[in-house]
Amino acid sequence: MTETIVQLKEVSKLYNETAALAGINLKIKRNEFVTLLGPSGCGKTTMLRLIGGFEEPSSGDILFEGKDISNVPPYKRKVNTIFQRYALFSHLDVYENIAFGLRIKKMNGAAIKEKVGRMLDLVNLNGFEKRNVDSLSGGQQQRVAIARALVNEPEVLLLDEPLAALDLKLRREMQHELKNMQKQLGITFVFVTHDQEEALSMSDTVVVMKDGEIQQIGSPEMIYNEPENAFVADFIGESNIIDGVMLQDRLVEMGGEHFACVDEGFDPYEPVDVVIRPEDLRLTSSQGAKLRGVVRSVTFLGVHYEMIVEADNGFSWLVHSTLMEPVNTPVGLELEPMDIHIMRKAGKR
Amino acid sequence: MKRSSAMAPYLLWIVFFTVVPTLLVVYYGFTQSGPEGTHWSLSNFTRFFEPIYLRVLWRSVYLALISTSICLFLGYPAAMIMAGRAFTRKNALLLLFVVPMWMNFLLRTYAWLTLLERNGFINLILGYLRLPSLNILYTNSAVVLGMVYNFLPFMVLPIYSVLSKIDRRVLEAAQDLGANSWTVFWRVILPLSLPGVVSGITMVFMPALTTFVISRLLGGGQFTLIGNLIEQQFLVVGDWGFGSAISLVMMLLILLSMALMSFFEGDEREVSLW
Repeated sequence: MTETIVQLKEVSKLYNETAALAGINLKIKRNEFVTLLGPSGCGKTTMLRLIGGFEEPSSGDILFEGKDISNVPPYKRKVNTIFQRYALFSHLDVYENIAFGLRIKKMNGAAIKEKVGRMLDLVNLNGFEKRNVDSLSGGQQQRVAIARALVNEPEVLLLDEPLAALDLKLRREMQHELKNMQKQLGITFVFVTHDQEEALSMSDTVVVMKDGEIQQIGSPEMIYNEPENAFVADFIGESNIIDGVMLQDRLVEMGGEHFACVDEGFDPYEPVDVVIRPEDLRLTSSQGAKLRGVVRSVTFLGVHYEMIVEADNGFSWLVHSTLMEPVNTPVGLELEPMDIHIMRKAGKR
Repeated sequence: MKRSSAMAPYLLWIVFFTVVPTLLVVYYGFTQSGPEGTHWSLSNFTRFFEPIYLRVLWRSVYLALISTSICLFLGYPAAMIMAGRAFTRKNALLLLFVVPMWMNFLLRTYAWLTLLERNGFINLILGYLRLPSLNILYTNSAVVLGMVYNFLPFMVLPIYSVLSKIDRRVLEAAQDLGANSWTVFWRVILPLSLPGVVSGITMVFMPALTTFVISRLLGGGQFTLIGNLIEQQFLVVGDWGFGSAISLVMMLLILLSMALMSFFEGDEREVSLW
């Protein structure tokens, strides 16, 4: 279970002198659902294309089951890809699209029929065999793309923002189905997305990326609860990020007040980013609170209210609470030491 | 209301320059004028099916087929190179194909005449190199050369336009599914480019079949093609009836081959210069 199937070692990729990826080290375990998460232009798609073989690394090695495959062409890799816009063959019908890989392997007709039939069951497209792929809806095209890749029984399936073009409801459904398929088939999934919710709900491991570098690798819970830097904290969920100074272990100063926290190991008086999740802030009376401000806006979001509280020093706090205070009410904000996350300033490592 | 009044100039154009002339051709083709007046007759058509005229038709079809095949085999690779990702000077090459089309067709064909002459430019060069001289002027080869030269862009451009619209990701998907470059070509690129090939073939075959300028200049008039025959009937012999009948037969042939082509072109894909 813990065997590494794909490994990237010090991989860099340059396009016209600019680095799309720099010094990437990553191990992907067999049967793992790994998500590459980051804003557009962070290099996540480039990384996928390197694993798929559509690009060659400028430096570094890509290992597949321990063997270097950096220069192996895509058609010789035991990896299949689901492309962002599906990239179906418009000159072939649904059946022939799915059978494409098997026909190239010169499999006999009966075996192809059986395998394609099983795939059609899996993706719920029975009866669509003779349909033209252009006549299908986005969701159906997506299923054809999934079936076309999975029918080849790849060791690793690469998915390049496969759900980006679908509407929200369909997206949720497909997230669920993909996750189930992955469990059922026991295939390693490498999934690229810029949607943090998608990443958190589907993955075993999330790789957060920015500017061609990995920011953090960890389980969804770890990434959310213990973000390694202010970028990760801000990208995964919403956060208040405040400048602070670490006075000593477990004591931080921000906005002129001292707060107890749980972080240790910083230099005395080291400037830090203090990250506080909006749902960890509690509204109290303004009397005697260390953090005070005035409610500037209230938005009802269903489960909770989102409020912006403007502090005396001008900082706007984002607060999520099931309770609501009307606009222009002076309020206090309270928080527990364990909800204060201290991060080193970027570039201070 | 507004739309129909905007259409009026085009309608007039079509009526005067397409409908009326076509009707006239039909009229002349199906009538026979004699001293005793004009009467309906099929004699113009029966005359066309005499062996001497069928041979002319066959030669026209044969030369047009050869020229079209040569254009296809030269044009497809050219279009592929131009549409290729690796080729960065595609605009320059495209221009090279298009620029000759800015010049008069007649002039360009006349130019070949002087190039191919017994003491023309090509034989001059060959002479310097002590190679045997090339005497193809006034032969089938010269006519085919003229057709290929003049009609090649009509093959390259539609194929290029279809090829350059093929999504690179589709080719990557094919590679991803185990296809090497050769398989990608046969199973994906070629089938996807068929509409371009079909419209290229149509756009070369039709004018090649009906040309009379190329055959007259480069074939020296010895190799009469169907276009020359029609021209002769109208301008030299003055038999408008027979000329019209041949024209109608050609129209029918062209319509038939176009129907055949659109059958191959497949359903909704409409990518061409037509």
